[in-house]
Amino acid sequence: MIDSSRIPKIPAFTLPALIGRLGMRLPQWPHSLNLALALNAAKKLGVLPEETLSQIEERRFRVTVTDTGMVADFTYRQGAFRPLFGDAGKPDLHFTAPLSAYLQMVSRQEDPDTLFFNRTLSIEGDTELGLRVKNMLDALEWPQLSWQGLRPTFLAKG
Amino acid sequence: MAKPQLVCPAGSLAALKAAVDNGADDVYLGFRNDTNARNFAGLNFDDKALAEGIRYAHQRGRKVLAAINTYAQAGRFADWMASVDKAAELGVDAVIIADPAVLDYATKTHPQMRRHLSVQASATSYEAINFCRDRFGIQRAVLPRVLTLAQVENVIRHTEVEIEVFGFGSLCVMNEGRCWLSSWATGESPNTVGACSPAKYVQWEKKPNEMDVRLNGILIDRYGNDENAGYPTICKGRFEVAGETYYAMEEPASLNVLEMLPEIIRIGVSAIKVEGRQRSPTYVAQVTRNLRQAIDAAYSAPERYSVKPVWAAELGKVAEGSQITLGAYNRPWR
Repeated sequence: MIDSSRIPKIPAFTLPALIGRLGMRLPQWPHSLNLALALNAAKKLGVLPEETLSQIEERRFRVTVTDTGMVADFTYRQGAFRPLFGDAGKPDLHFTAPLSAYLQMVSRQEDPDTLFFNRTLSIEGDTELGLRVKNMLDALEWPQLSWQGLRPTFLAKG
Repeated sequence: MAKPQLVCPAGSLAALKAAVDNGADDVYLGFRNDTNARNFAGLNFDDKALAEGIRYAHQRGRKVLAAINTYAQAGRFADWMASVDKAAELGVDAVIIADPAVLDYATKTHPQMRRHLSVQASATSYEAINFCRDRFGIQRAVLPRVLTLAQVENVIRHTEVEIEVFGFGSLCVMNEGRCWLSSWATGESPNTVGACSPAKYVQWEKKPNEMDVRLNGILIDRYGNDENAGYPTICKGRFEVAGETYYAMEEPASLNVLEMLPEIIRIGVSAIKVEGRQRSPTYVAQVTRNLRQAIDAAYSAPERYSVKPVWAAELGKVAEGSQITLGAYNRPWR
């Protein structure tokens, strides 16, 4: 599990609007590709439960980072997360939040429901799918991470 | 008087570990089915996770309680029996049960396993609690969140059953095990399928200046962009009543007893419960850590006790709707 006490406290912040405006004009496909690669890496680590993965087959996801202008579209098909390029259409599930909220959630410094209550995080689309994904992410037990580059320690030791 | 046990929620193994690591005495959880009242997609424990959770807690001297707190549905009693049997087989420290038939089964089949009366049983009087003690040998009862502190004290004075009260978390509409609002809209309710406002019926719709939430098509609330949101339950919706639109039943808020902890300890409460098996390990860690410190402070030096700003801030932040309340505990009328 991530040892939150070893990670500096991440404040709530919003990047300057210029960055978002710029980000929205940049190609979005690298974000979709990177996120799919990261999720596949997490899957290889064995931290994503197969039971939940089997229930998200062919569902389309979108992650929007409001203050960087980043939009990533991806799906899960035949055992792997796959980026969706171009006009991905309406996703089944759409997360929208500023960068700081995602960092706070990943580092387990903020609770997704809290961010949802205070309207920092928005979840649209299939509510049951959203709950399933949220609960999967909540249940993850990450390998012990070191703060230096957030590398899994077993890799750092190797 | 003894120090009350701190009873914390876990919807996953990660949350259980967060509770134990941050000072919970007991952790309560449910199986992955409708025998518990937080039957949500992707939440709760399969056999492997529960066995590991029990091992983790017991190694650290903590207890694991299994909530089997929905009402057995017609023709499916075997499912509730199976959950009770599984809890006994895996070695939980107690089962939390609401349905008298399920209590009866647990009493007869696993008499050695501790039995707690769930809040969903809605037992608000010592007569009801003592009845369950005589019939089912319950050793603890969780009180519904409808009593004033004086009424809680009166219950404690008239029973030797341990009394558990809620200390923090989302509030129910104060009907506890008897609520059918969700069923009215969807045909499903906590007591029947283990979920209030099941997610498949909930639609959040974001518009430029507002966000609508509907339950099976019924508009529950409409939030302006600067308004905090709550859970999509009918009891916490805003409705038009006699020409005015407002929270007709209850505001989205979380119970928070920090300021009355010395009183709760003085009247002899045995356990203080945190609501929120549907919440993340982060919430569990935050709430457990702060309540642990507060209970320890209130117990060791009640006369010097005061609510530390950091406790109030952390608990206030994770509260539903970002609002807290003392609920019925300090209600002036009875």
